[in-house]
Amino acid sequence: MSGQSPQDAWPLWEVFVRGRRGLSHTHAGSLHAPDAQMALRNARDLYTRRAEGVSIWVVPSTAITASSPDEKDPFFEPAADKPYRHPTFYEIPEGVKHL
Amino acid sequence: MTPVTAAESLTPELAAARALGDDALVLAQRLGEWAGDAPVLEEDVALTNIALDLLGQARTLLSLTGDEDELAFLREEHEFRNVQLAELPIGDFADTTARQLYFSVYQELLYAALADTGGALAPLAAKAVVEVAYHRDHAEQWTLRLGDGTEESHRRMQRAVDGLWRYTGELFEPLDGLGVDLPGLHPVWRERVADVLGRATLTVPGGPDRTPWAAGAGRQGVHTEAFGRLLAEMQYLHRAHPGASW
Amino acid sequence: MTTTAEHTAPGRAASAPPPDQGELQAAFDDAVAADTRIEPRDWMPDAYRATLVRQMAQHAHSEIIGMQPEANWITRAPSLRRKAILMAKVQDEAGHGLYLYSATETLGVSRDDLLDKLHAGRQRYSSIFNYPTLTWADVGAIGWLVDGAAITNQVPLCRCSYGPYARAMVRICKEESFHQRQGYELLLALSRGTPEQHAMAQDAVNRWWWPSLMMFGPADGESAHSAQSMAWKIKRHSNDELRQRFVDICVPQAEVLGLTLPDPDLRWNESRGSYDHGAIDWSEFQEVLRGNGPCNEQRLDRRRTAHENGTWVREAAAAYAAKHAADQDNAHEEARA
Repeated sequence: MSGQSPQDAWPLWEVFVRGRRGLSHTHAGSLHAPDAQMALRNARDLYTRRAEGVSIWVVPSTAITASSPDEKDPFFEPAADKPYRHPTFYEIPEGVKHL
Repeated sequence: MTPVTAAESLTPELAAARALGDDALVLAQRLGEWAGDAPVLEEDVALTNIALDLLGQARTLLSLTGDEDELAFLREEHEFRNVQLAELPIGDFADTTARQLYFSVYQELLYAALADTGGALAPLAAKAVVEVAYHRDHAEQWTLRLGDGTEESHRRMQRAVDGLWRYTGELFEPLDGLGVDLPGLHPVWRERVADVLGRATLTVPGGPDRTPWAAGAGRQGVHTEAFGRLLAEMQYLHRAHPGASW
Repeated sequence: MTTTAEHTAPGRAASAPPPDQGELQAAFDDAVAADTRIEPRDWMPDAYRATLVRQMAQHAHSEIIGMQPEANWITRAPSLRRKAILMAKVQDEAGHGLYLYSATETLGVSRDDLLDKLHAGRQRYSSIFNYPTLTWADVGAIGWLVDGAAITNQVPLCRCSYGPYARAMVRICKEESFHQRQGYELLLALSRGTPEQHAMAQDAVNRWWWPSLMMFGPADGESAHSAQSMAWKIKRHSNDELRQRFVDICVPQAEVLGLTLPDPDLRWNESRGSYDHGAIDWSEFQEVLRGNGPCNEQRLDRRRTAHENGTWVREAAAAYAAKHAADQDNAHEEARA
């Protein structure tokens, strides 16, 4: 009665939009669509109706593998203690330019 | 209030622009009826995008031939020159999809040809053809899914393409002043529509594609019964307050 | 169960030993206290999750049901410019509903479930949409007052502790900025128009003013969920505080409109630096909430009917996708080759 038969359920897609040339695709949100072709079109209508994009990717939500939510886990912790990867680590005498 | 210029006293080019503007306006009005009632929310957004494109085209075209609001709200049925296909009730989603397929393939061919003429309407047509190509793609995607979906959707879609077929011939009646050979576009249209219907496992309708009535159809100001109600609804508020600004 | 970045139940690295409940709670409390956003795969208290689902679903449902009273005027809009504006606005509401359903789905519920609950009357939408749009001026009053009240409520939600909700609200607030302005402009044109148009505008404001004030919810002492939501930083200001902010904004706007707000007790209070307003009829609010408003049944019926009429379409698209899944894979391979 409510139309909740599994036959009419559409899978979830994650939408990534490139705002303009020169930028990378950024996660914009998600939507439901029966297949990739329709997902792309729905994404165009939903996430770029104010001219927010020049290119769209859609990915089935189930196809994304995520890292652990814990930011202190072995995935990210080691990167946090390597400040020498960042330019601000280095002290340069005042007046030195183009560095 | 300035009286609306009758189509007969316009140049052929402007009269044709007005007819195309009427097509776009009336179809936008019909698509507006779907708001909130589409089969899925994503489709609400998509149908409104199409309606807004059409409404934009209508406003540009009608403004070439007079005040857009006077033209939209103060003319009577017989003064409108839109094809009957545009004015038919929305029906179910199959009816709407079939109409969108027929109409957008036509509009895409027409605007592409019009853009090539280099005439006064060419820049406008060049802009519209991009919008309309998307409408055609949308209609094509849905025709495939409804035609080749379930038994029920196939049945509904076949009924819809059959039912609307007899309004398609009118689209290719000559329209003076455009510099476009409309009858010449008809075979291309048939081919493209047949291709989509074929891929959608639907049968190309075989019946007559236009009215036998000598009075003509929409382009002659002869409309369907449903059109009077469409105008009654669209115009009542504007007409109830003569001269008011909104 | 999926393993997606956003749309999944909370997870942990399989290798890590399960932290105890107290540690998790402490980490959550710290994050909220530090104004760090909570993200979908973080651990969160069940009650926090349930509160978010309830509030975000209600918010999404409100956008969807809220399309009806305004769509009621699309086919009758008195100028083509107004027709285009109204269509774009109603379309935005569908879009905002979709953003919000999408954000709610990150909490491990599906949109289909949420819609089922809406259709079964088990989840609410904003009571304001149970009032009818009787004249064209109502479209203006909704834009000015209803959207105005909604924006007052929503702007603080852009800083809500739950990341996906806050991000959806940022997008929605940005897009909605035109909604209120078009309503105000519409009313201004009517108010400065013919006497009939002016009367139409005043009548609409008379009918929408009090229901708009009720949109902020019960007075602070009476509000069931407020205190906990404030502690969780889902909510940032109390109902009464937001209501007062709205009243203070509206009074001078009404003066410019040349329209009267229907409250004889409305007056400037020098000591508070705010406007005092008359007592709100909370019995009306409770009755509408209970389902006895002028349009409760009509709105829900319309929504259910649209959903049921769409079932065969959704089924067709799903069947087509299943049939052609292989084609799409092949096309994908070809594109990569």
